[in-house]
Amino acid sequence: MVSKDIIIQMIDVNKWYGSFHVLKEINLTVHKGERIVVCGPSGSGKSTLIRCINRLEEHQGGRILVDGIELTKNLKKIEKIRSEVGMVFQNFNLFPHLTILKNLTFALIWARRMPRAEAEKIAMKHLERVRIPEQANKFPGQLSGGQQQRVAIARALCMNPKIMLFDEPTSALDPEMIKEVLDVMVELAREGITMVCVTHEMSFAKTVADRVIFMDCGEIVEENEPEKFFRSPKYDRTQLFLNQILQA
Amino acid sequence: MGPSASSSSSNLLVFVPRPSLPAPRQTVGIIGWLGASLFNGWFNSILTLIGLGLLWETVPPLLSWAIFNAVWTGGPADCPAGHNGACWAFIYDKFRILMVGMYPAEQIWRPLLAGGIFVVLGAVTVFRLLNPLRLIALWFLFLLPVYWLISGGLCLTVVDQSLWGGLMLSLGLAFVGILMSLPLGILLALGRYSNFAIIKSICVGIIEPVRGVPLITILFMASVMMPLFLPVGININNLLRVQIGIILFSAAYIAEVVRGGLQAIPLGQYDAAKSIGLNYWKTTVLIILPQALRHVIPSLIGRCIALFKDTSLVIIVGLLDFLGMVKASAQDPDWLGHDAEAYVFCSIIYWVICFSMSRYGHSLEQKKEAE
Repeated sequence: MVSKDIIIQMIDVNKWYGSFHVLKEINLTVHKGERIVVCGPSGSGKSTLIRCINRLEEHQGGRILVDGIELTKNLKKIEKIRSEVGMVFQNFNLFPHLTILKNLTFALIWARRMPRAEAEKIAMKHLERVRIPEQANKFPGQLSGGQQQRVAIARALCMNPKIMLFDEPTSALDPEMIKEVLDVMVELAREGITMVCVTHEMSFAKTVADRVIFMDCGEIVEENEPEKFFRSPKYDRTQLFLNQILQA
Repeated sequence: MGPSASSSSSNLLVFVPRPSLPAPRQTVGIIGWLGASLFNGWFNSILTLIGLGLLWETVPPLLSWAIFNAVWTGGPADCPAGHNGACWAFIYDKFRILMVGMYPAEQIWRPLLAGGIFVVLGAVTVFRLLNPLRLIALWFLFLLPVYWLISGGLCLTVVDQSLWGGLMLSLGLAFVGILMSLPLGILLALGRYSNFAIIKSICVGIIEPVRGVPLITILFMASVMMPLFLPVGININNLLRVQIGIILFSAAYIAEVVRGGLQAIPLGQYDAAKSIGLNYWKTTVLIILPQALRHVIPSLIGRCIALFKDTSLVIIVGLLDFLGMVKASAQDPDWLGHDAEAYVFCSIIYWVICFSMSRYGHSLEQKKEAE
């Protein structure tokens, strides 16, 4: 199922916040169509890792290649990569002064220079995909957290990305809303898009992930297929982490 | 008693919420308002009664002075000294000077037309007939034509700027000041907020010194000192120099207000804009600024009101604005002793204009709430 084409490659990536070494010698290869779940305790560098992939954070050592393009200071290349990589954030980060429909069409119209009618057609298609087309003319503040996050997913999908990054997409949601977001993500995963997802939803990892990556202290401690990862982790640190979150 | 319940086909009880009851009568309507606002406890009741007593003592004499005993028409002879009422005939007589200063009477249609344009633009603004960007463009579009209309040139008789004055001058200085200092202030704020050290220090280098001195100092600098520094042959007239001073002063304050708004925007907004491939300017102009400016509408309107009132300081560099004309009129030997009328009239006009701006700001906030 997983093809051999590499789409993300991180080679010996290092990053510091001031003097704090947040990513240490990260090596990660993601193939086209792969679904990766990244987990680990807070402060372990998971979010920083995926934020480096579309250069919301700058890495200071090593190389990162996305779809064959190396991430450097070249702004044009960064903008190209960003338009191919969709991202969903913990706090949704919808634009509160724009309607849902305008949130979705914004990048198509202003970054891709698409005519409005065409952009709106695409936006409505994706709103239907996340099952809230009836909210198109409301403002983000009028929607529930789960609906907002589904809008955020639709906004990223509008750019027709090759890769989707999820940064703890369900952590800020009420328990009743988590499922509706996870359902949409599972559907996406089944459609074969490349996904890198930071999450603590282990049920999601078990259902759709091709690989689970466990991070601590800025390092990738271990990575494995979900079944083996949950049944027989190699490290004591992983076991401890799993005990703690699976108990809850 | 637990929640009401009835049995259903399954074994579960069906939860039926209780109906909502109306609120107690004494907490709603006019009685509720009186009780909560005016007679809430013995102390507040006494304060209310004292307040009513004060109003009873002050309002009737004020009304009799301002309206019932007032002289509305005629000349100085109709308002003898010691007359126990306002002499509005004085304001009527001085009205033209108060509005347009020494502007020649036979050219009076020009300020009137400018005033008409101003009222139309104001109506377009208040009734929101245009979206914000087009509205600002419209105001800028009329800036030069109105200036030409007042100052003359081409086919119109030139009216020297020393003849301009009154409310026309105050409004002109204030609105050109607001119009120009808003974009300048926003740019300064963006510069100060930017990551580039050089741009940042240039902006701080403009904002802090300008904010650190009183407006009077800047007006003096503009009026008296600037000509000394300008190269020989370059001659900027006094009014323009004063206008530039006002714009700079206002821009420095607006920059700090806007910076406050920028700081209120969560970093996630930048992340989101970047992640869908927007560049710096598109992110700033279309995502960040609309939100930041909305946060600071009350302070921005406050700055505009302050700027309008601050224009009365131009009297110290020899320009006779509205307040200056009021002062000069009160000293007219024919009409001595009518300072009260002059300043009451002046206050009313200032208040009406400032209050309108305040209400406009309020309506902008309401629109923001609605979203």
